[in-house]
Amino acid sequence: MITKASNPNFVATRNACKMCTPLGACLAFAGIEKCLPFLHGSQGCSTYIRRYLISHFREPMDIASSNFGEQAAIFGGQANLSQGLSNVIQGYNPKVIGLATTCLSETIGDDVPMFLHEFAAEHPGEALPVMIHASTPSYTGSHADGYVEAIRATVATIAEGGERDVKLVDVLPGIVSPADLRHLREIVKAFGLEPIVLPDYSDRLDGPSWAEYRRIPEGGTPLEDIRRMGTAAAALDLGTAAKDNATAGAVLAKKFGVTRHRIGLPIGVRASDALFEALESISGQPTPEAFVAERGRLVDSYVDAHKYVFGKRAIVYGDEDMVAAMSGFLAEIGVMPVLCASGGKSGTLADAIASAAPGLAEMPEVIEGVDFEDLTEAAESVSADLIVGHSKGYKLARELDLPLVRVGLPIHDRFGAARMLHVGYEGTQQLFDRIVNTLLESKQDLSEMGYTYL
Amino acid sequence: MNPTPDDIQILEARKAQVHTKGAAPFQLACEKHSVAGAVSQRACVFCGSRVVLYPITDALHLVHGPVGCAAYTWDIRGSQSSGPQLHRMSFSTDLREKDVIYGGEKKCEAALMELIQRYQPKAAFVYATCIVGLIGDDLEAVCRRVTERTGIDVIPVHSEGFAGSKKDGYSAACRAIDHLVGTSDAPPPPGPSINILGDFNIAGETWLIREYYERMGLNVIATITGDGRVDDIRRSHQAQLNVVQCSGSIKGLAQIMKKDYDIPFMHVSYFGLEDMSKALYDVAEHFNDPAMMVKAQALVRDEISAVMPELRKYREALQGKKAAVYTGGAFKAFSLVRSLRTLGVKTVIAGSQTGNPQDYLKLESLCDEGTVLLDDTNPLELAKFIDQTGADLLIGGVKERPIAYKLGVAFCDHNHERKDCLAGYVGMLNFAREVYSSVCSPVWSLTPRQRRTRDGQTAPLPKPIPAPPKPYLRRVRTAPKPKSNLTPLTLGGLEVTA
Ligand code: SF4
Ligand code: SF4
Repeated sequence: MITKASNPNFVATRNACKMCTPLGACLAFAGIEKCLPFLHGSQGCSTYIRRYLISHFREPMDIASSNFGEQAAIFGGQANLSQGLSNVIQGYNPKVIGLATTCLSETIGDDVPMFLHEFAAEHPGEALPVMIHASTPSYTGSHADGYVEAIRATVATIAEGGERDVKLVDVLPGIVSPADLRHLREIVKAFGLEPIVLPDYSDRLDGPSWAEYRRIPEGGTPLEDIRRMGTAAAALDLGTAAKDNATAGAVLAKKFGVTRHRIGLPIGVRASDALFEALESISGQPTPEAFVAERGRLVDSYVDAHKYVFGKRAIVYGDEDMVAAMSGFLAEIGVMPVLCASGGKSGTLADAIASAAPGLAEMPEVIEGVDFEDLTEAAESVSADLIVGHSKGYKLARELDLPLVRVGLPIHDRFGAARMLHVGYEGTQQLFDRIVNTLLESKQDLSEMGYTYL
Repeated sequence: MNPTPDDIQILEARKAQVHTKGAAPFQLACEKHSVAGAVSQRACVFCGSRVVLYPITDALHLVHGPVGCAAYTWDIRGSQSSGPQLHRMSFSTDLREKDVIYGGEKKCEAALMELIQRYQPKAAFVYATCIVGLIGDDLEAVCRRVTERTGIDVIPVHSEGFAGSKKDGYSAACRAIDHLVGTSDAPPPPGPSINILGDFNIAGETWLIREYYERMGLNVIATITGDGRVDDIRRSHQAQLNVVQCSGSIKGLAQIMKKDYDIPFMHVSYFGLEDMSKALYDVAEHFNDPAMMVKAQALVRDEISAVMPELRKYREALQGKKAAVYTGGAFKAFSLVRSLRTLGVKTVIAGSQTGNPQDYLKLESLCDEGTVLLDDTNPLELAKFIDQTGADLLIGGVKERPIAYKLGVAFCDHNHERKDCLAGYVGMLNFAREVYSSVCSPVWSLTPRQRRTRDGQTAPLPKPIPAPPKPYLRRVRTAPKPKSNLTPLTLGGLEVTA
């Protein structure tokens, strides 16, 4: 295995393969009921992040900003923050405000906790929204870190302990699609357990058309549920890229003694098995028949299509957790992940891949802190058949003339990203079918005869 | 409980930026820093600079700052190029914690050196983002050093996001372009000549406009910045007239060129039959050349008669509909109000992110009684007024789209990300088609708000108007022949012949 920190020869980042930290925080905060994400910094960051997420989800994504001007940049952003909070409370009437900092407010060293404290003191007797503060300077991580930090901060701020509820399971899902969130909820429920999924933007970022305008779209994890998270029997802490003590699962375990199951994203048969096994042990119940059947059909389809995919070589990129999970899944169907890369730089990607894809004959080249031009250069020497990643790799796919199977976030050039299922046996089935069909399609397109049976 | 339109209240600090025509003597505050917490649809100074300079295709664009500012503007616009594709790359110095602490000058310089070596650009623009303003990097000095070392013009763009509004970004971009203007001594072309300012070649629009002018016998020296080239900008001072569209963004450059080179300028718009024709006539009139005017008249006649029969069909289908218009610059709003009128559609809400007092006076005078005028508005206000006025259509950008769709209201993208040519005569036809295919879609009758407001009454589904003939639409999509005097660029291993 070759693991490079990043292309050591190039200083500039060319076509980044990551987004900035506050984006992840805003996405996470959008998964809390009646929560308005709020960026403490300049206007541009929040507007850009809104546009980026709207293009993916095709749903409203309001993010407030304290909108620094020159004054604030020099003397600090307290006045802007107070004014912004007051206006947001008046305009949106949120129950929760998810406040994330940007590079700007972090650099000038705004003491946000103190500002929030003083804001509360200036409004005595008023029922203010709950304020969650996540510190998310972009120069220290990627959107994935911002996401994890926002959820950690949420749990650290709101969750409470209490009598243990043996039926209650906290689900910390990682960056997955609304369809994935719904599916995870169903899976846990099927074991007779009560899930609290945090964040849960499934309704908010994939919701119905409205009869009246909603200032904050419906859906999201209710505040009362977040409070109860400390009493859960267990926490499913999905994704393994973040540092062990950085996630909400760590807070739940440490502060409230919740049993933590830290497993990778459940994509692929084996990774999904790990999720179902965890749920069996939490509930003391066997996996429900419906899922056993799903698993059976999935393995059967693996068998039916194994020859189409065996020995194919794939390039995988995206968020570290997604890359690790995809690599594991590809390995188990006989596709070799040959080049695995992420714009993130947690230092854990290679290990995550190794544990998600045990028994790989040959470890892929792993690049952390990659950008798309580095990736393009690295890709030239691996002779791949297929690319798996989000839509920003389209240019790469076009240059290499390889099919791109779109997964994860962002997907800006296809429709239905919010409804794309990745997790569980069912999500794996959909992915598998897409991959097989993508390979069949390119085979058919390349054949001179234009076979009509494949 | 969900709000009725009346429940959404305009924030105290925003009230002066909202006006309903006829309700009181006209007054609309504008050119203000966006209200904190108001969820403005504006971006930042950097955004203003980036949109103006972006289409200069053979320049290197390096965003100096943390990764987000560059990542979110990667290939964000539909600006096409007939040659180099370098502008579509997103280059960032991707500042990390230690750069923030110790300064980013070294990294910026190193990044520039290697990028210039690798991509051989004709010039380089280096954008300062918020953080650069704070950590105090001397960008001027860095650019000067790299210019000396490489012999390539490396131009700093003072676009720190917090230092003003998008408009200030426009001026910063104009000053950056001005660095190049007048730096070539190639002989001027014979005959009347112009520069096209303020068209960004979205979906090939600059090509279309250029072709119109060329048909009138004009030489187009530089297109700034749509399908822009550094060398063309260098000799743009040779033009006899600057024809300025989207005046908010690039008027600053026209003013500089007036002052420094005594080149007159005029404002035009290429959206809508009226404005497009007026642009051509105004330019012909400026040159005071009867033969040119005859050509312009023939062009207008030919083009209008080609699209009119099709347009009539759309007008029939759209007659009596109501539209909300929210644009970046106010000039586009003027054209849209007029174009919509051509289609029988009434504008009930009109606003912009960056209009000035004169702009809004004009906008008000164009609109009917009862039209709501908005400066620097936000999703809640838009939703409120769309609901209140019963608008059938919203024209805006991607950020506004979900507001319309959630309310069961049609939407037309008239921003930089669109992929359809909406300028010129063919653009008017495309625009009509765009509006029609959203407003007249059968899907609305299934949406809850339409069912509510129409008492569940569904209009009978009309037979769809077939799309206009392809060859006519395709004409604008073909890029003109690439110019051959440019060095080939290598992009990510692909040879891009310029
Ligand atoms: S950091 Fe500043 S320059 Fe960059 S997007 Fe945000 S506001 Fe704009
Ligand atoms: S300044 Fe930081 S937070 Fe804002 S867009 Fe740039 S990277 Fe993101």
